[in-house]
Amino acid sequence: MRLGKAALLGAVAVAAGFVATASIPNAAWAQNEQYLAGLIYRTGAYAPNGIPFANGIADYYALINARDGGINGVKLNYEECDTAYATDRGVECYERLKNKGPTGTAYVAPLSTGITFALTEKAPIDKIPIISMGYGRSESRDGSVFQWNFPLLGTYWSAADIIMQHIAKKEGGFDKLKGKKIVLVYHDSPYGKEPIALLEERAKMHGFSFTPMPVTHPGVEQKATWLQIRQNRPDYVLLWGWGVMNSTSIKEAAAVGFPRDKMYGVWWSGAEPDVRPAEGGAKGYNAAMLQHGAGQFAVHKDLKKYLYDKGLGSAKWDETGEVLYIRGLVNGMLGVESIRKAQTKFGNKPLTGEQVRWGIENLEISADRVKELGFEGVMKPIKVSCSDHEGTRAGRIQQWDGTKWNVVSEWYESDDKVIKPMVEAAAKKYAEEKKLPIRDCSKEN
Amino acid sequence: MLYREAGQFKTSYDADQQIFPIVQDRVFVIAVVLAAFLVVPLFASQYLYTEILIPFLILSLAAVGLNILVGYCGQVSLGTGGFMAVGAYAAYNLWLRVPEVNNLIVVFLFGGVMAAAVGILFGIPSLRIKGFYLAVATLASQFFLDWLFARVKWLTNYTPSGSVAVGETSVFGWKIDTPAERYLFVLAFVVVATLVAKNLVRGHIGRSWMAIRDMDIAAEIIGFRPLRTKLSAFAVSSFFIGIAGAMWAFLRLGAWEPLAFDINRSFQLLFMVIIGGLGSLLGSFLGAAFIILVPIVLNQLPGWFGIKMSTALLSHLEFMVFGAMIVFFLIVEPHGLARLWAVAKEKLRLWPFPH
Repeated sequence: MRLGKAALLGAVAVAAGFVATASIPNAAWAQNEQYLAGLIYRTGAYAPNGIPFANGIADYYALINARDGGINGVKLNYEECDTAYATDRGVECYERLKNKGPTGTAYVAPLSTGITFALTEKAPIDKIPIISMGYGRSESRDGSVFQWNFPLLGTYWSAADIIMQHIAKKEGGFDKLKGKKIVLVYHDSPYGKEPIALLEERAKMHGFSFTPMPVTHPGVEQKATWLQIRQNRPDYVLLWGWGVMNSTSIKEAAAVGFPRDKMYGVWWSGAEPDVRPAEGGAKGYNAAMLQHGAGQFAVHKDLKKYLYDKGLGSAKWDETGEVLYIRGLVNGMLGVESIRKAQTKFGNKPLTGEQVRWGIENLEISADRVKELGFEGVMKPIKVSCSDHEGTRAGRIQQWDGTKWNVVSEWYESDDKVIKPMVEAAAKKYAEEKKLPIRDCSKEN
Repeated sequence: MLYREAGQFKTSYDADQQIFPIVQDRVFVIAVVLAAFLVVPLFASQYLYTEILIPFLILSLAAVGLNILVGYCGQVSLGTGGFMAVGAYAAYNLWLRVPEVNNLIVVFLFGGVMAAAVGILFGIPSLRIKGFYLAVATLASQFFLDWLFARVKWLTNYTPSGSVAVGETSVFGWKIDTPAERYLFVLAFVVVATLVAKNLVRGHIGRSWMAIRDMDIAAEIIGFRPLRTKLSAFAVSSFFIGIAGAMWAFLRLGAWEPLAFDINRSFQLLFMVIIGGLGSLLGSFLGAAFIILVPIVLNQLPGWFGIKMSTALLSHLEFMVFGAMIVFFLIVEPHGLARLWAVAKEKLRLWPFPH
């Protein structure tokens, strides 16, 4: 029974330690630091895609501290919490971190549509804004209902619209789409289901047939789906996958002989970890770009000088040109610029989530400012407002040539004539269901 | 010395048959419940409420439900997540479509009743198949229910993403929105439900379940009807699980998708029951505490001691240590944490003078 005793003691010790430590308040924080919580994942089924993003965002904050000494003298204090892409774990991370630092976290970027949905319910109570860059609820761009959500740079409806515009252009106009067959292979979660509403709308408008085909999480088993695609012979396949699901889809497409250049992925299906495992099979595969592509830009010079030459970078230098790493940088930059904007109103000190929310809603980054920040060629100017929490909805299409991504299209802008009524209807329905008040955007500012 | 039952004489059947015949046990349990109601709200932070106590209580209730089926009646089930989902979506649809019934107690009970009905339906195969084969059959119910809630759009009120959200909730006009209110409500529900469960398992119904568990042919010969006994176990178990599912959706998540009740939830609950102790209500609580709290503690432990390590290493360490702990506990005490508790009580009776 000695082991049994040890077990008992162990259980008691863990329980006692837990009770003792859970009630201890956070250690003293430096009073002039802006606290930032990072919900990221470096483990789990989606880690290959989560790691570069996490590295990018961490490096950008580190760069701001190393190069500028923080934002107007306010240093950034960044803390990560691993969610493994699981919603309940993500919420736990959020609750654990949200009140740390002198003012709590400035904003939160959940990096998962599921966690974004869950936090959308909490944001108005906690007064912490959510930046869901290129993901989350598509209707959350309507700031009159979703005061705290900011799907900056694009929503899934924008992404789907950009891909459809590209396909229409290749076919010679939307009217040529009549009678075509388009299939959506999607991750069976809120993330994957988001574009269906828009694609159904487009199918009705232009008379093409649209078939959604779900793939269950995590997406390593897709044989049946692709068998169906081989029988149906669709003209195009859109891919709404994440992590290992993407490379599996591309491999299956190669196996059933579906032409990869007729496959279009969303921006979460268009990074290096998605295509590399498929090796030669991915050649010709297309994906929408969330504005930015891969490569080295002006900001990388600073990253090298202040972080990587000193051994402070969180990734390997070769990986800093990858799609998702750059997305992390962009997310960090938008967050930092929002805080900077909020400081112009509230002063150069650590700000609360409520103050930063004002900063995001009034964020405007002009072309000159983009260049100054070292992001020229990465993104276009952005202007956020109460009625438009997306800021900009432009995108391009890139193609994988076997070794790297190449931009193969002009800039597209999603068609607001189609999307805006859908956004308004969906936001109104959400507000009614939840009995939420609707802000009058014409009275803001 | 403190824990000794000498001198406590039972002079009536009532005294002999009460839930906790030993005075010390009774005092201890009442003290714990009172502390949970009165002392915890004095110091608890929001984090403690929403991430520790509420999930612990809700999943404890689900584990109590599963324990009735697996531990008391011996029917292995892997469909727990699915039954939770039935409770959650049934409650959601009642809340959404009949706004007059804005009373969480009614809404949750409705979720429980619907889950019980579905549980009976999927319990029917248990009359023919046993053991691992039944586990596989209930697995089918898990997948079917997952599919149902992902595909039948009416159940999710035609939301484009299939994710539903609840807004204002109240009980008899009392709005439940702060974490403390949620905690007290969940606690009250769990205490009452556990009391019901305890009385069921120690009464004739519970005895019939245990008879079926221990040897179903013998039980049939001495007069228990397998059909009624097994299906009543499925019904009662699913009822509790359904209520837990509705509470998980309404009071823990607020917005959810079918993935919140996927196969991993079923496994998680089965592990709770096995590690806590099969056939023990206390074990359900201990198991839930172990499975929910230990990973969270492990993840934060280095931070409390001021040790800085990378997020990835921290997560990997958490998995490794947690896995090792499960193996360790199952080796030293295959009958679960509840058995450790019983052993401790045995020792306490002799303490401080063991012979």
